[in-house]
Amino acid sequence: MLTSKDLLGIKELTSEEINFILDTASGFKDILGRDIKKVPTLRGKTTVNLFFEPSTRTRTSFELAAKRLSTDVINFSVTTSSVVKGESLIDTAMTVQALGADFIIIRHSASGVPHLLAKKLKASIINAGDGINEHPTQALLDAFTIKEKKQEIKGLEVAIVGDIVHSRVAKSNIYCLTKLGAKVRLVGPPTLIPKEFKDLGVDIHHNMEEGLKGVDVLMMLRIQMERQGKGFFPSTDEYSKNWGLTPDRLAIAKNDVIVMHPGPMNRGIEISSEIADGPKSVILDQVTNGIAVRMAVMYLLAGVKR
Amino acid sequence: MKIKIINGYILDPSQKIEGIGEILIEDGIIKELNINRPKAGSRSRGIKDTTNKKDLSDTKIINAEGKYVVPGLIDMHVHLREPGFEYKESIKTGTMAAIKGGFTTICCMPNTLPVNDHASVTEFIIRKATQEGFCKVLPIGAITKGQKGEELAEIGTMKNEGCVAFSDDGNPVMNSLIMRRALEYSKAFNVPIISHCEDITLSEGGLVNEGLLSLTLGLKGIPNEAEEIMVYRDLLLAQLTGGRLHIAHVSTEGSTKLIRDAKAKGINVTAETCPHYFSLTEDAIIGYNTNAKVNPPLRTKKDIEAIKEALKDGTIDVIATDHAPHHNDEKMMEFEKAPFGISGLETAFSLSLNLVREGVLSLTQLIEKMTINPAKILNINRGTLKIGSQADILIFDMEKEYHVNAKEFISKGKNTPFDGWVLKGAPVMTIYKGIIKELV
Repeated sequence: MLTSKDLLGIKELTSEEINFILDTASGFKDILGRDIKKVPTLRGKTTVNLFFEPSTRTRTSFELAAKRLSTDVINFSVTTSSVVKGESLIDTAMTVQALGADFIIIRHSASGVPHLLAKKLKASIINAGDGINEHPTQALLDAFTIKEKKQEIKGLEVAIVGDIVHSRVAKSNIYCLTKLGAKVRLVGPPTLIPKEFKDLGVDIHHNMEEGLKGVDVLMMLRIQMERQGKGFFPSTDEYSKNWGLTPDRLAIAKNDVIVMHPGPMNRGIEISSEIADGPKSVILDQVTNGIAVRMAVMYLLAGVKR
Repeated sequence: MKIKIINGYILDPSQKIEGIGEILIEDGIIKELNINRPKAGSRSRGIKDTTNKKDLSDTKIINAEGKYVVPGLIDMHVHLREPGFEYKESIKTGTMAAIKGGFTTICCMPNTLPVNDHASVTEFIIRKATQEGFCKVLPIGAITKGQKGEELAEIGTMKNEGCVAFSDDGNPVMNSLIMRRALEYSKAFNVPIISHCEDITLSEGGLVNEGLLSLTLGLKGIPNEAEEIMVYRDLLLAQLTGGRLHIAHVSTEGSTKLIRDAKAKGINVTAETCPHYFSLTEDAIIGYNTNAKVNPPLRTKKDIEAIKEALKDGTIDVIATDHAPHHNDEKMMEFEKAPFGISGLETAFSLSLNLVREGVLSLTQLIEKMTINPAKILNINRGTLKIGSQADILIFDMEKEYHVNAKEFISKGKNTPFDGWVLKGAPVMTIYKGIIKELV
């Protein structure tokens, strides 16, 4: 059972709660494999996708998850809303609540926005990515995918490579995988991995080759083009030469390594196309599993006693 | 109208006197001060029996038995927001909050609209404070025009109009040459330059203390070094120029060390800290609490310990509030969008009394840091109970306990991280210019 009406981050969850969500997601994945993919579980409920940042895959995935559970879905995106007219966040959120939302899926460029809404609103708030804080459903679908491929997460060697400091995906994955007993290491330039990460129980490698030794799971992160020229690294070219994933480097990892990426990818920069499209890639499984995991989260939050 | 305060425990660090005694106020001036039972080792004063029964008819007697009687407090770092941001605070509400907090003199920072970078703005503030203010307001002028850090403002003219110090406040003068000139030029007028020490190229976009907590909250951090680099620069410039430097709101251990060393070397520097820097760690921001978002940011336990040590050994001379009121709508926002600042006037004294209870400071040292020390730095004849001085007096009860309730703040700014705290020790009466100030 979950105890909070909201899913704000992995930080707030116990390993039992994470496993419970993953187990529940397995059931929903079976449903997604059927001919008729829709269940009436949450009929009559309303889901609002409140996205203050552009997103295709996460928003679509949530929309589909909500529809598969038979909730009504409204997409509230920033370009069409009154936010552009200067409405405050709280006013927008109160308006959405007044429309009768049971679930509010929120993405925002500022860390802590889901937490602010969770305090103010009665609806279940699901964090779909807040600033550089967390992206909990991404970590859950990643864990689900790893479990699917490797059966057990405990004891696995997982490397997360790239722009760790600005990545909410990396943060949620660090919390999630360490709680589930994996050994996590972070790989990338020192400017993108502050030393404080060590206190979260992970190892840090600045040399890519060293970082890939003996790895079972390899998570590549998207490199944000706007970081270059701000002193984090001199150019994407230099980044790619040092920390890009190439077939040669992939050979350093374990033979049965799986390669993950939360998307969207910069092919040829953080990951080569051969790998992205190759047999070790599970990138498209991640996308499919995302729907099942998000269905599980909504289903379980609907059952939380208020 | 005469007022006589009797039976109170009088404590005035400016005269090094303390003990049970009485004060007679006449026409807004302290006429007599008698310590009947001086504390062992302190000086007795004016032992003349004035309990002359027949002229008590027009004298209001205040029985301060069990209470302390000290000079009205001075706060040398306040944001009154007027002109320009009256929705956050006004001269009237800010001075009322000051009186409630035990302050009779406050200095207002120049970051208003327009900026107080010209004598006409100074004149406006002083006129408005005279008309509507509940206590004395002494403006702090901007160092540079528009607080832009490019061209010196008319420091001399503004001083003549009533400014007591100069600061670009939250827009620190990043150009070292301009800062050098400010410290040099201000010598001609014997006014301190107050520096908000922050290397804004290093702190860029930062919201909270840099460390594990900022990382796990996903909030951009401000390292201690952003403050310390500028503290060190300004100390070096003060040494170079011989100008009078006052460091605002010291928040880090490193800054205390730099200032201590500079004082030992004889550099002309003084420093202040604020109650939140010795009362709260960065943990106050957990849950994205924008009321604990302040600049410089709340730091760690280690920094708090260092600040207490620096208060104790005199490295830090002054406790000021950095009272920074904001409207609730502004704080009820995305953490990164919410403005920095804590509304501090109404909790500062009680929080500071904790230092006495913890044994960090003696009561005399604390009152010194909130009265005569800022008065000396600002070169003003205040913060004292000397006979003949204006009767600005605070009577407080060391034992009075109360719940902080932000909604009951007189200040328009309800932005306090201390809401719901139980504090001990509180002002019971503030007398300004010999008048008992009623807050209506």
